[in-house]
Amino acid sequence: MEFLQQLINGLSLGAIYALIALGYTMVYGVLRFINFAHSDVFMVGAFAGFYLGRVLPAASFGGGLLVLFGAMVICAVLGVVIEKLAYRPLRGRSTLTVLITAIGVSLLLQNAGQLIFGANPKSFPKLFPQHNFTFGGMVLSSDQIAVFVVTIAILLGLHYIVMKTRIGTAMRALSFNPTAASLVGINNDMVISFTFALGSALAAAGGILYAINYPSIDPLMGTLPGLKAFVAAVLGGIGNIPGAALGGVLLGLIETLVVAMGGSTYRDAVAFAVLILILLVRPSGLLGKLQAEKV
Amino acid sequence: MLSRSQYYLLAAIAVAFGASWFSRSYNPYFLDIAVTCGINITLAVSLNLINGYTGQFSLGHAGFMAIGAYSAATVTTIFGDKLLPLVGGQTWILFPLALYAGGLVASLAGLLVGVPSLRLRGDYLAIVTLGFGEIIRVLLQNINAVGGARGMINIPEYTNLFWTFGLAAITVYTVWALVNSTYGRGFIAVNDDEVAAEAMGINTTRYKITAFVVGAFFAGLAGGIYAHFKQYIAPQGFGFDKSIEIVVMVILGGMGNTVGVIIAAVLLTVLTESLRKFGDYRMILYSLLIIVLMITRPQGLFTWTAKRKTA
Repeated sequence: MEFLQQLINGLSLGAIYALIALGYTMVYGVLRFINFAHSDVFMVGAFAGFYLGRVLPAASFGGGLLVLFGAMVICAVLGVVIEKLAYRPLRGRSTLTVLITAIGVSLLLQNAGQLIFGANPKSFPKLFPQHNFTFGGMVLSSDQIAVFVVTIAILLGLHYIVMKTRIGTAMRALSFNPTAASLVGINNDMVISFTFALGSALAAAGGILYAINYPSIDPLMGTLPGLKAFVAAVLGGIGNIPGAALGGVLLGLIETLVVAMGGSTYRDAVAFAVLILILLVRPSGLLGKLQAEKV
Repeated sequence: MLSRSQYYLLAAIAVAFGASWFSRSYNPYFLDIAVTCGINITLAVSLNLINGYTGQFSLGHAGFMAIGAYSAATVTTIFGDKLLPLVGGQTWILFPLALYAGGLVASLAGLLVGVPSLRLRGDYLAIVTLGFGEIIRVLLQNINAVGGARGMINIPEYTNLFWTFGLAAITVYTVWALVNSTYGRGFIAVNDDEVAAEAMGINTTRYKITAFVVGAFFAGLAGGIYAHFKQYIAPQGFGFDKSIEIVVMVILGGMGNTVGVIIAAVLLTVLTESLRKFGDYRMILYSLLIIVLMITRPQGLFTWTAKRKTA
């Protein structure tokens, strides 16, 4: 029973990692760089939820979903703005230049956050009605159910967008070959903006789901979940959308199990150990394809 | 017969010794900034060997620094009572030995990180080194013998201007001499085009590992100096932020431009101090500086020659 309980906790943590990891993987797919600022968009999402949660009715089903949706829109706009101002001028430059800029954007968001939101941790309001369901010894909180329902809904929506819509087809084309994509009439800049909007909206959803389960938020909260989500993206194979979801769930499970076995002081090191291991053993990730280097 | 650069090295060490002799008459605040400058020069120049000349991307330099700091501080603080009589009670013998031990342990860690770098490049390597730095931090937090998360206290104050700038001079000389030697051309070849370098028969693996080992060694020494300067070290002080700080110095000065990196290290140290009155805005200015710099002058503030193309 204890094991099943930890399994549920691990799955709900993993679902949140998966949502953040999807943003990393999609941006990597179209632009081939690690968007370090993604973890801070996640933080902004949680804070957007915090402030919206004050305006909208708390602890109601509709209100909670409205807050979630509002935060996703705010972060989508933020993601597009970041891409336009910081990354677009660097199109075609070396990976390191873009990577360092991304670190700069990340620091900017963190410090602007400390200035605007205050550096002290804030306690996150209850967005959804609270109820604990017990199944013979196991406890499943309504917040955990919210995590599962929202994550599955978002994953299905994302699958539909990427596989069935025109813009999703364009995204896949772009990640396959940017030059060829623009040759067949795809507006690359527009698709990249859309990808950032989508990824950032997912980060916001992740931020809110994280905050309702770990209800203390501060401007530096994004760093560790962000890095772990990145590890999840690499674990599943970066650039691979189902891989990111799988990697997130696996990482959440591994971390929770290590904590349950008494290694709680090492919980932050687990993800990085997994990362180094996967890069040594299977650098392309679980679902990724190995690409030969062209000279 | 000494070469010209070796004369410069000796001259720099002599100046450091001379300056150190009168250190009691200096303003302590000035002294504090001067020592911080010296430590930052060592850190930035050693990282420049990895990130600038060899074209690898390490985000874990603070991790190497932490290893050096903790190792050296362990030698002087925990084993100091037993070791000091062995060297006749002379701290000026014990201190460099402790520093050296710290450097060696750090370079061993550099070897460990260098090995995955064979298979990874660019952003992947950045993340692995970042993860390595975090693992070091978490491990140190869990070792109670060195204070755990509370940090290590009562480290003797052995650092002075002589050790700090003597080390900075040796670091600058070593990196400069290494890169400008026939052997050292290999580092630049790895940076320019790894595939072409390999095709020319250069052992790129070995160069990459060498860069990590040498860079980590000096970062470890700088960590030892830092520990015996602040007299208190804690794992949180060697986090991601510290690594970024060193990376920014290298970028600002220009990757693979030692003189520029030295200027940038001094400039940023002084700037950090003088921006203190802006309080909360300091880090915002700092991050904006990185972004604007990357968009307008990715080759660094102090590099005027055409930027070498990096893949």
